[in-house]
Amino acid sequence: MAFGPFLLLALMEGLVTSATLALAAAGLSLVFGVMRVVNVAHGEFYMLGAVIAFAVTTMIPGPPALAFVAALIIAPLLVAALAAAADALILKRLNYDPEATIVATIGLLYMIQQATLSFYGPNANPVTAPFEWRIQLPWFGYSGYKLFVVFAAALVLFALWAFMTRTKAGLIMRATQVDHTTARTFGINVDRVYMGTFALGAALAALAGVLIVPIQQAHYLMGGDPLLLAFIVVIIGGLGSLRGTLIAALIIGLSDGVISMFFAPTLAKIIATLLVALVLVFRPHGLFGAKA
Amino acid sequence: MKVWTLHVALIAALLAAQFLLSPYLATHLARIMVLAVFAMGYNLAFGYSGLLSLGHALFFAAGMYGAGLAAQTWGVTAAPALIAGIAAGGLLSAAVGLLALRTAGVSFMIVTLMFAQAGYLTILYLAPITGGDEGFVIAATSRQIAGFDLATDTPRYMAALTLFSVALLTSLALVRSPFGRSMVAMRENEERSRMLGYNPFTVKLAALTLSGLYAGGAGAAYALLFGYVGASFATIQYSILPMLYVLLGGAGTILGPFLGALLMFALIEAASNLTSAYLFLVGAALVILVLFAPKGILGTIRERWVKWLP
Repeated sequence: MAFGPFLLLALMEGLVTSATLALAAAGLSLVFGVMRVVNVAHGEFYMLGAVIAFAVTTMIPGPPALAFVAALIIAPLLVAALAAAADALILKRLNYDPEATIVATIGLLYMIQQATLSFYGPNANPVTAPFEWRIQLPWFGYSGYKLFVVFAAALVLFALWAFMTRTKAGLIMRATQVDHTTARTFGINVDRVYMGTFALGAALAALAGVLIVPIQQAHYLMGGDPLLLAFIVVIIGGLGSLRGTLIAALIIGLSDGVISMFFAPTLAKIIATLLVALVLVFRPHGLFGAKA
Repeated sequence: MKVWTLHVALIAALLAAQFLLSPYLATHLARIMVLAVFAMGYNLAFGYSGLLSLGHALFFAAGMYGAGLAAQTWGVTAAPALIAGIAAGGLLSAAVGLLALRTAGVSFMIVTLMFAQAGYLTILYLAPITGGDEGFVIAATSRQIAGFDLATDTPRYMAALTLFSVALLTSLALVRSPFGRSMVAMRENEERSRMLGYNPFTVKLAALTLSGLYAGGAGAAYALLFGYVGASFATIQYSILPMLYVLLGGAGTILGPFLGALLMFALIEAASNLTSAYLFLVGAALVILVLFAPKGILGTIRERWVKWLP
């Protein structure tokens, strides 16, 4: 294969990574933006999405497309319910103290991961894609499902943007983000906003997990890498900014695709993590801003 | 006086324990003491100076690889290897501190986490030198100290106990010294201590470096006593464990890290007979501690009953 088509393939793979990454990172960014909580367990919500998708598609008989649509609805709802419970039982009792919530979500990470190991097992399981459809390009064939993932993620992100900027609920969330004390004096139930935000963030991660599972297999340790990448995206993109998150996800996803096809993936990750650390050290205000 | 008596009594009890316990339990206790040294170092940064780091695995691994690579490359014996490990931990923590201490709070946690992750990935990337995922075994000739073979039970236990005693008494002396007080001042109120003429950056950098020396020493000792160096010791899990030990035993107490390590080991040992998902306990313990007992066991005891506990 010549260099041009090879690069095209790398970019297309990168676009798929960007799409799921943008979904997961949007959830993380939303939670940090509104609640000032760094959710270390975010990757586990992603993993749960994939694992629940596996469970749902094996339980529902009939055509794979139908089972997959069911998974797309059930998995985010279940994960959102779990996140809402975690918010009520843990985060709320910590008064959303930034440092204590990090420790607590690390604990949550282990609990979710190990509970999944107990009930689901250590195996990686595949899920059949809802449709088999290949696009034949002049140089190589490409999975139509992967393009569908990009399209679906774009659709969800657009819906999220519309929700945040065009609805009353979105307005309330943004008001809470700006100043939760003033929001409370205006009669906004801040506790409920926080719970909803945490559930919504988790649901976005779960949705990314469901979308990715026909491409990657469902495994109880699959949450680690997306968590790290989502962190990188959120920090580089600027917190709470949906547009920044999207742009950063595109940059990170595409460069990840290109770099890991031409260079060692480990080196790419080393550079990315160091870059994030240095961004935080030298440009803290654009990024982790008000805190510190 | 009673403070010193208490700590010397603990050391004496640990010395006696060697003769009372089975070799299996004694080896476990040696491991716990080494990890307690790691946790004591973590406690100097987190418990006393208020620096919540999520990247101490980096310093532990620096000590481990510093000692392991010195042994492998130059074939040195255990004592120089230990010094190499301590130096590696101290140097790396000072370097990380110079950058990371420009941030605070949540940013500091993320920056240290990212540095540790980069360190872990570097170990994997440099597989020809570090052995990558598989790691390497330290040669028997390098596990000798003053004629004793650290691979055998009694010298291993005694070496762990010696390191533990030195670390324990040093940190006790340290936190009761004027410098120790200034560390606590950083934790309690950085602005006010700045007004009193302390330079917070210098104090915190010194505290983090000390913490790195401890972590490096513990990592080097772990490598030399148990003979194996591997990338798994650089993972995030080894940044979380000392935090868990400190939170359980009591942040800002001298004996807390040891107590936390001991209890957590017992808990995990009991649970791993029942299930393979014993790390669930680590998670549950973190959540329960942060919710219901943020001061830990000794922190609560100090608050309620024994006011003089250091």
